[in-house]
Amino acid sequence: MALKIVKGSIDRMFDKNLQDLVRGIRNHKEDEAKYISTCIDEIKQELKQDNIAVKANAVCKLTYLQMLGYDVSWAAFNIVEVMSSSKFTYKRIGYLAASQCFHESTDVIMLTTNQIRKDLSSPNQYDTGVALTGLSCFVTPDLARDLANDIMTLMSHTKPYIRKKAVLIMYKVFLKYPESLRPAFPRLKEKLEDPDPGVQSAAVNVICELARRNPKNYLSLAPLFFKLMTSSTNNWVLIKIIKLFGALTPLEPRLGKKLIEPLTNLIHSTSAMSLLYECVNTVIAVLISLSSGMPNHSASIQLCVQKLRILIEDSDQNLKYLGLLAMSKILKTHPKSVQSHKDLILQCLDDKDESIRLRALDLLYGMVSKKNLMEIVKKLMLHVDKAEGTTYRDELLTKIIDICSQSNYQYITNFEWYISILVELTRLEGTRHGHLIASQMLDVAIRVKAIRGFAVAQMATLLDNAHLLTGNTQRNGICEVLYAAAWICGEFSEHLEDPMQTLEAMLRPKVATLPGHIQAVYVQNAAKLFATVLQKHEGESDSQVAQETSQLLIDRLPLFVQSANLEVQERASCILQLVKYIQKLQQKNVEVAEEVTALFAGELNPVAPKAQKKVPIPQGLDLDAWINEPPSESESEDEKPKAVFAKEEPKHSRTKHTEVDEKELARRREVRKQEQANNPFYIKASPSSQKVYDAPGVEHIPVVQIDLSVPLKVPGMPMSDQYVKLEEERRQKAKAERKKKEKKKKREKRGKERKADSGPESEEDIAPAHQVDIVTEEMPENALPSDDDDKDPNDPHKALDIDLDKPLADNEKLPVRTHRPEVLKSPADDRDSESFPLETKKKSSKEKKEKKDKDRKKSKEEKKKKKKQKEVEEEPLESQLEEAVQSEEIQEVASPPTSTSAEDVTAPPSVTTVSASSAAAPDSEPEEPKETEPEDTVSLQKLSKHKKKKQKKEKEEKEKKKKKRHHHHHHHSDGGGEDSVQNGTVEEEEEEPLPPMSNYSLLAENTYIKMVYDIQGNHQDESKVVVSVIFENKSDSFLKSMEFNVLDSLNSKLQRPEGAGPHDGLTVPFQLPPGVSNEARFVFSVQSIVMPQKLKGTLTFIVKSEDSSTHEKLDFRLHFTCTSYLITTPCYSDAYAKLLESGNLKGSSLRLEGINMPFHHLLARICFHHHFSVVERIDSCASMYSRSIQGHHVCLLVKTADQTVSIDAKCDEPSLLGNVLDEIKQTFSKC
Amino acid sequence: MIKAILIFNNHGKPRLIRFYQYFAEDMQQQIIRETFHLVSKRDDNVCNFLEGEVFHPIFSLIGGSDYKLIYRHYATLYFVFCVDSSESELGILDLIQVFVETLDKCFENVCELDLIFHMDKVHYILQEVVMGGMVLETNMNEIVAQVELQNRMEKSEGGLSAAPARAVSAVKNMNLPEIPRNINIGDINIKVPSLSPF
Repeated sequence: MALKIVKGSIDRMFDKNLQDLVRGIRNHKEDEAKYISTCIDEIKQELKQDNIAVKANAVCKLTYLQMLGYDVSWAAFNIVEVMSSSKFTYKRIGYLAASQCFHESTDVIMLTTNQIRKDLSSPNQYDTGVALTGLSCFVTPDLARDLANDIMTLMSHTKPYIRKKAVLIMYKVFLKYPESLRPAFPRLKEKLEDPDPGVQSAAVNVICELARRNPKNYLSLAPLFFKLMTSSTNNWVLIKIIKLFGALTPLEPRLGKKLIEPLTNLIHSTSAMSLLYECVNTVIAVLISLSSGMPNHSASIQLCVQKLRILIEDSDQNLKYLGLLAMSKILKTHPKSVQSHKDLILQCLDDKDESIRLRALDLLYGMVSKKNLMEIVKKLMLHVDKAEGTTYRDELLTKIIDICSQSNYQYITNFEWYISILVELTRLEGTRHGHLIASQMLDVAIRVKAIRGFAVAQMATLLDNAHLLTGNTQRNGICEVLYAAAWICGEFSEHLEDPMQTLEAMLRPKVATLPGHIQAVYVQNAAKLFATVLQKHEGESDSQVAQETSQLLIDRLPLFVQSANLEVQERASCILQLVKYIQKLQQKNVEVAEEVTALFAGELNPVAPKAQKKVPIPQGLDLDAWINEPPSESESEDEKPKAVFAKEEPKHSRTKHTEVDEKELARRREVRKQEQANNPFYIKASPSSQKVYDAPGVEHIPVVQIDLSVPLKVPGMPMSDQYVKLEEERRQKAKAERKKKEKKKKREKRGKERKADSGPESEEDIAPAHQVDIVTEEMPENALPSDDDDKDPNDPHKALDIDLDKPLADNEKLPVRTHRPEVLKSPADDRDSESFPLETKKKSSKEKKEKKDKDRKKSKEEKKKKKKQKEVEEEPLESQLEEAVQSEEIQEVASPPTSTSAEDVTAPPSVTTVSASSAAAPDSEPEEPKETEPEDTVSLQKLSKHKKKKQKKEKEEKEKKKKKRHHHHHHHSDGGGEDSVQNGTVEEEEEEPLPPMSNYSLLAENTYIKMVYDIQGNHQDESKVVVSVIFENKSDSFLKSMEFNVLDSLNSKLQRPEGAGPHDGLTVPFQLPPGVSNEARFVFSVQSIVMPQKLKGTLTFIVKSEDSSTHEKLDFRLHFTCTSYLITTPCYSDAYAKLLESGNLKGSSLRLEGINMPFHHLLARICFHHHFSVVERIDSCASMYSRSIQGHHVCLLVKTADQTVSIDAKCDEPSLLGNVLDEIKQTFSKC
Repeated sequence: MIKAILIFNNHGKPRLIRFYQYFAEDMQQQIIRETFHLVSKRDDNVCNFLEGEVFHPIFSLIGGSDYKLIYRHYATLYFVFCVDSSESELGILDLIQVFVETLDKCFENVCELDLIFHMDKVHYILQEVVMGGMVLETNMNEIVAQVELQNRMEKSEGGLSAAPARAVSAVKNMNLPEIPRNINIGDINIKVPSLSPF
């Protein structure tokens, strides 16, 4: 042995350490990869050695290689080995490596649970610290569940160093195991007032992080935070709190009012820029939430804007950046205050820092008015010309379009100018935003009727010069513009001066190089143009032109018929045939123009982008129901919109057209609609137009830069600049004219839905150049106003949306007693266990009703109630004890949140009470029998009164729902959810509720202390069970130095730490102040599990009162039942059947007489007390399964008839089975 | 929350990476590359924030526009923190400063070489500043005290490289043609004018 150690350390001398590795890598720059691979081989050798120091060294090197991008997950097991070393040096290396490369799917993580638990309770605070740090990086849902209670205990550790780490890691635990939030929250809240500033800061940190995601649940903490804010001097804490308030204010405007003053004070007093900035930010948030009807806060706004101006003017780019960022928030609600700083912001546009320019651009959005739009855009266009990087240029482009198109083109007075801006933008090389320009062109052309003539002319020029846009490559983003151009020219072809020329331009061979979807639009619109040409020329004596046009199409279309793109091909061949037919008719001198034009007749209306989503589902329509089941009357209505939306298969859409017009017309329309259903911009104008088409998937077109060396100067294209001048002149003229008819206050009528302008610079004076008729977007009738469609369903924080003001329920305790409680519940099992809390609740609500009825006979009623409580309480004696663990917390939470100080700041009472009322009852009541003071009854009366009020209120609320909706929205939904769950269970089984149950049984008790315990098997270790003991201090004194000792038997032994003798006791890792209880766990190793066992033990402790301390002891007997070796394991019915068929199991049976309880109670009891799970249940017969820690299968078949229950059981270990059955019998004999 | 902390040098070589959310190794390297690409082309006199939307390659990697990069450039090293909107921008800048000053104290005039050869130590220091993506401690003295206590403990255990090994390592060093420790690549200048008095 000694030789081995010596040999190990000699080996080590020649091992590379981390420094050697780094040095080696630096010396092998040419063949780094090769060198590293030899190093990895060496590391693999080192990991095979027994010497932990060698292993740790190897793991340390692996951590370095991981940073360089090497996957080291293969060494995960070795990392665990190093983690479990007893030396801090190695442990730290192990945890570091684990935190760098473990993640949820690392399977060895399962093995670490016990090690981590050991480290967490290590006497060395740095072992604990290292474990916490490591765990914070790789905590999994399993680890979180298993360790939640240990970590929670650490939150009250004596060392602040551990406390703050434990507090911080709780956030990670909550994320992975949301059930832990409610039980842990009271203690977390306590930590907000920890004497150590670091711990306090950590608690603030965690709560802020929680509240940021689900602010409404944390409103009740507002007074506490308010206190902290006014008292704390730690800037980190202040920043976090102030940020948190920023998230809370939108939910509670009254909070905002309170905040303004202290925040303003801070803004004036602080010298820390970071704090100042966050204060300004929160003030802005407050002002936003107060924006309506708060006239007195203009001073605050001024203050903010003024401070921000100082930031922006600062030479520090960071401050400048943040100043602009915050300014843009003010802009949304108080544009006028920001607009006065336009000079400063325009100045920032010229900043050398691109980030700052971008932020300034954001601000410009709100700076524009009718008066200065052209000027600002002109400036931006200059920047576009100057910009080097495409990213910034593209950003400029989108900003220009955003600015111009905002609020329905509110600020545009001259659309000719806008169109020419758009046309100018098409000159940008290699932009990604061709489709954006295109959609703007389409939008303007469709919605602004007056501009169509001009737009068409511009587009025709664009089409004529298409070669300049497309350049050499066909895959150029900007060619999207041609899509719009072609469509506009086709659709509004009546405005074209020379349709023939445009038609010719659209059918050039070069078009065939464009992307397919653009070609398709070309072909389709060529047909429209053709129709226009025909109509124009048909009346004339010489039909030469018309025939030439037909010929042109017939000549050119075959090119498209050969296209590889299906869409193009289909359209082209269809139209080609049509034209051929028309040509025949023409040759016979038949007038066809009218009929051809009718193909494309119809008017367009725009539809709002979210219109479809906002259509409410008609009452009684269940979208999930089978389509065939309901009678076919509803079909015509429901199916029509459906078919329209199936845009993938437009052919379906018109099969059921119900309009009964002229037959011929209807048929043609159908054809036309069918053809155009693929065009996103064709929107049917029928009154029931609840249709939306998504924009075509142009984003998928890869963007390749082209090197277009020749600047694009399209002949005859107007420059937008000239419009600026023209506009100026026009305004001058208008002004002069207006002066003439001064007194006539006839404002020009603008588009019907345009809002009254709130722009600053007397905008009303500027009349638009055109009589613009902006068609607003259509919305379906009775559209819903909700806008909640942007939430991410995968957000892990959703699970943390938990009401924290509700008192804890029995089932919410952190899983301490079970080592690995029900990993996979079978559905039946699940249902049973869920029904417990609900049913207690039901009972309490029943009570409530009774109380209400017998309200006046108070004294009588109370007696009754007490009786009732006793009835409820008698059985689950232990459940109280369970609760006692958290009794402190419960009391704290149970007191209605409205009673906290500074009522003004809390949520409106009705908000909290709605949720509290339903839940307050079940938990506060079980506690009452404990205290028998007269006070008790008083509080009860209060409680019942309270409830009545609440109930009334609820009723009222229902009536006034609409009025109050705003405030109570979310809480209502909470309550509603609960109701529905209850209903659900009631519907499922209309059976009596199940009383609460607990597995904790009394271990021993004297005047000082009470111990209850539960025993659970351990999944991973077939020879270990965990005994959880809850110690409750019943005295008024402090209990300390508790030692737990057990006299081992041959079969069962208490696991003692290394080095301890076989008779040494274990120190209980906590002390108990008066009235407090806490839980400790002890691991026992067992050899045989087929027989129950009893172990004698003693607890010794010191009772310390103010003046004296005495040594006390308490004897107890630990009873290891066979049940405690069983672990709830789900089993699926097919596996179960196989197991029974295998024939390896031996049978036994049991009859229980006079069982007077519902069957589901019976099953629930067996599941709960004896760790079974229900495999299948049919009527009054159920099969159940469980497994022992040593892998014995135990199967039960439970039947019931007339108060008799028969249990047929099978197991591969008959004596184990016999004992389990005996214990089951005992359980039921007790009741 | 802090999502990631990256330290790399002027050539993009990682010196320390610490992700608080799991990414596979190749993804981590890609994030480092993209971040370096973004950060390195910025002048020293522009602002230290990089935010969403525009620079999407990196932000789509990290997961959303809620995140921003806050970085500082000291001599040869970039310290980049990727944080979400719950962190104060100026606060994080200060935190970087605190971290670097702590390094300076622990390594006595820290330079890039210290980080190169003692990545583990840098990690241990960082662990006292940030834990699981949340700021743990901002008081430099407290951080240094905890780090030193732990180092002392390590020493009392004999350390990872106990005396004999160290002697051998000294011999090994002598054989090397050049001892990298003597390469002077300049100290990290941490005397950057403090932005926000904290």
